[in-house]
Amino acid sequence: MMTIENIKTNTNFSSPLGVRGSLDVKGLTIDAKNVDFYYSEFHALKNINFEVNKNEVVALIGPSGCGKSTFLRLMNRMNDLIPGTRMTGSMLIEGQDIYAPNVHVDELRKEVGMVFQKPNPFPKSIFENVAYGLRVNGIKDKTFIEERVIESIKSAALWDEVKDKLNKSAFALSGGQQQRLCIARALAISPKVVLMDEPASALDPISTAKIEDLIHELKKDYTIIIVTHNMQQASRVSDKTAYFYLGELIEYDQTIKIFTNPEKLSTQNYITGRFG
Amino acid sequence: MRHLEQELYSLRQDVIDMWKLVISQVANAGESILSFDKELAQKVSMREKKVDAYELKIDSDCENIIALHQPVAVDLRFVLAVLKINSNLERIADFAYGISRTFIANPTLILDAELITLTNLRIMIDDVNKMLNQGLDAFENENSDIASAIFSEDYQVDEINNNAPHIIAEYIMKNPDRTFECLQLIASIRKLERMGDHCSNIAEEIFFYTDAKVLKHSGKK
Repeated sequence: MMTIENIKTNTNFSSPLGVRGSLDVKGLTIDAKNVDFYYSEFHALKNINFEVNKNEVVALIGPSGCGKSTFLRLMNRMNDLIPGTRMTGSMLIEGQDIYAPNVHVDELRKEVGMVFQKPNPFPKSIFENVAYGLRVNGIKDKTFIEERVIESIKSAALWDEVKDKLNKSAFALSGGQQQRLCIARALAISPKVVLMDEPASALDPISTAKIEDLIHELKKDYTIIIVTHNMQQASRVSDKTAYFYLGELIEYDQTIKIFTNPEKLSTQNYITGRFG
Repeated sequence: MRHLEQELYSLRQDVIDMWKLVISQVANAGESILSFDKELAQKVSMREKKVDAYELKIDSDCENIIALHQPVAVDLRFVLAVLKINSNLERIADFAYGISRTFIANPTLILDAELITLTNLRIMIDDVNKMLNQGLDAFENENSDIASAIFSEDYQVDEINNNAPHIIAEYIMKNPDRTFECLQLIASIRKLERMGDHCSNIAEEIFFYTDAKVLKHSGKK
């Protein structure tokens, strides 16, 4: 945010709305290099180079079929199970190539959590939904599990609404509450990165606002990548925005730059609704 | 055409219409000084309310576009620039109205032709008219090169304004019976100088809209 003080001290700017961001390589959490991805013969992602710093929120935008969700799913190897798919290039998370042969997907997903478009709670209690990730990872200490579940539900801004009904079915919650429960479930295993694929697209404006506020809070502790079709949401929640089109990363820059003075005409046409 | 594009097109047309009205107000106010034409001054005075109405409508349309369409990128810059251009055009029209009121309130006022020549008043009026027309041309054609010419015109207007007190003081010493006329003239020159400043502000807004550059307070004109 621009303040009077930094206007006075920043004598080099040509436009406060056109300040280019620079990536801080030291704090890099995600580093994708020359990533290509194929669904059989279909070349879905073309030479993607993409870096994300720790504790940043990055929005992936673009028309349907542009490759943004495919790219998101590459970050926790969700595409591995799709027959006929193939990836080249490298995807490093905190310096580790997540596609290296010695990397176990189960271990990877402790580091990279995911929240989907539609809330997908398990047919279990609210408590057990959040405890699930801990239990499948072999944690048996009841006190630890209880503390972690409460902490995660609080982090997901859901505690006040569910503290008296932790043993009730998760299905008894509203759609917005279910989605925050899914976020709590993702947080319980203390990931470094949280991936969100249109997390608020099925929610009403109040629930959407809660998810957006939550993203803002969570960035203190997590790196968040969010796919969204809602341009206002992308501009509200993210620090950086990446615009994908036809499998290419067309432009990736500070969100303020993308939404006030994008470099590429294609980006401008998309965010102003002139195509896509 | 998409809904937002229709709204922006309509806003643009209103700004152009207001701009043309302001150009005519300034031209008529200037001519009323030079030719002591009270009827022309009266015409400027009567049309001032129409400029005010444009200002209110354009402000309201900008607010509605921001609230209902949440424009971004070039569309956002356009609406933000229009908000400020609107305000500057209204101020220019206010000064034109002020000049016209001088002549309406003092119907016997006639400026000495020699004084008009000495102060370069005609050149100053022509410069301000030219700046306003250049501004409109730059806005309609989204051309910041045309807008940049306005800055150099403004230097000339400022210079005429700076020289005027010395010339007029000397004239008063020689013609003390014409002091009141001279005071009215210097007030009009001040108004023209302020019009030039507002034209420069408008040029800055055109740069912001077309090139996403903030020239304000940058010394890069």
